[in-house]
Amino acid sequence: MSNMGSSINKKDYIKKELFGKIYSTFCGLLIIVLTISIVFFIASKGIVTFTRNHVSVIDFIFSSKWAPESLNSNGTPQLGSAIFIVGSILVSLFAVIVSTPLSVCAAIFMTEISPKFGEKLLRPSIELFVGIPSVVYGWIGLSVLVPFIRKNIGGLGFSFLAGGIVLTIMIMPTIASVASDSLKSLPLNYKEASFALGATRWQTIRKVLLPAAAPGIFTGVVLGLARAFGEALAVQMVIGNSIKIPSGLLDPTTTLTSIITMDMGNTVSGSAWNNALWSMALLLLLISFGFILIIRKISSRRSMR
Amino acid sequence: MQIIDVKGLNLFYGKNQALKNVNIGIERNKVTALIGPSGCGKSTFLRTLNRMNDLIENVRITGDVTFEGKNIYKDYDVIELRKKVGMVFQNPNPFPMSIFDNVAYGPRIHGIKNKRQLAEIVERSLIGAALWDEVKDRLNKSGISLSGGQQQRLCIARTLAVEPEVILMDEPTSALDPISTSKVEDLISKLKKEYTVVIVTHNMQQAGRISDSTAFFLIGEIVEYGPTEEIFYKPKDKRTEDYITGRFG
Repeated sequence: MSNMGSSINKKDYIKKELFGKIYSTFCGLLIIVLTISIVFFIASKGIVTFTRNHVSVIDFIFSSKWAPESLNSNGTPQLGSAIFIVGSILVSLFAVIVSTPLSVCAAIFMTEISPKFGEKLLRPSIELFVGIPSVVYGWIGLSVLVPFIRKNIGGLGFSFLAGGIVLTIMIMPTIASVASDSLKSLPLNYKEASFALGATRWQTIRKVLLPAAAPGIFTGVVLGLARAFGEALAVQMVIGNSIKIPSGLLDPTTTLTSIITMDMGNTVSGSAWNNALWSMALLLLLISFGFILIIRKISSRRSMR
Repeated sequence: MQIIDVKGLNLFYGKNQALKNVNIGIERNKVTALIGPSGCGKSTFLRTLNRMNDLIENVRITGDVTFEGKNIYKDYDVIELRKKVGMVFQNPNPFPMSIFDNVAYGPRIHGIKNKRQLAEIVERSLIGAALWDEVKDRLNKSGISLSGGQQQRLCIARTLAVEPEVILMDEPTSALDPISTSKVEDLISKLKKEYTVVIVTHNMQQAGRISDSTAFFLIGEIVEYGPTEEIFYKPKDKRTEDYITGRFG
């Protein structure tokens, strides 16, 4: 009697195990297939500029002549994206350079100076910030920051500066939370040893904790940089979108993401203009891969220690 | 005058009393061992001597602790005190920096910038910690790349570099293998010529081997304190005898 009972349970068990395995394998494969398809799709559309429109890769990246509706003397359209590439790089660098010291100091405050206050108030606030949609950041930038700059500093208000400030605020929670996790995960021993040698709290933070947490903090910075680089909507709403390299903070300019956002709806699929936008999307994709590779390299070096 | 004098020390973690009416004088240039079962307060007591308990919240201390005649709370700035009373911890904790920077850390934070001076101090301290010969060709390597026993000696060198007068050791060999342990024990016997050592240990044989005086702690009190030979061979208190002979702990 009991034999039969146990063999029925065994069949049931095997069925459930098998089902679970098949289901999770399917989902895993689905994700891989989707990712590969998306990459393929973007790549195939992005290459058209070079294959069918005969634009050279060097011209695409380094030339600043962007006149997608006209043809140059050779009969190829002028699709130099240097302005957008420079715009993206400059505004992301600005955001990272300004945001990192502020974020690291916030992280130090949260973990070392006021850990109780930090845990209860700062950390939830930061997590909240991360969840705010970029269109909201953009709108606040548009309605508050742009007029402020126009009235009190100068220019149109729509400027590199506005784009930089919005991005700085957007990536601060990213850098701050990764930096504070990195500081928190340091062994308590380091602090103890430093204090026992007669160091002050600030000496301990500056000379032991920050250097020890540096790889983790750097990961946070790269994550912030990647986010700034890929941010489209908020930037597009405040940066002015004029197609020239900015000669000052108050000049408007354009980034890769903002030109795609702006021109997407206005171009005809299959036209050179449209193809160029796809190539920019491909460029963004490749640069994101680059960031991911950098982050993975830093993390693997850390875990080898 | 004893180099460290403790009178009527009581320590509370919140409502919990961890040390009760501790009275003890630590003799200069001797090794004093603190023994006792787990949780009896010996590490807590040790950490009081260089005010490491300041780092813990809800700690309340009453009584008098003096270092060289001066009260460690009222008459000493905590940084000054920790320069003179150094500490080596149970788990070796070198900083993730080069061996040189580890040892130079103390002198640097106390203001020494001259490279030659620092190099001298580093060499002297590593020699004093019996580690110089093993690392002199690779001072730039990370302190963490050393073996456990070497790391602990590095931590000792780091402590020596600030030229303390007292070295507190909290179970310094319990995380080490027997060979490293005996190297560190040899080192401790040599250190007492120039320094005063107070060592907390779980290992009674170790206390018997290297210490001049021993204090037996039980539930936050010192049950007995005296020359090591007496404590181990002619204990006055029955509880001491029970512990020494292994009846508990």
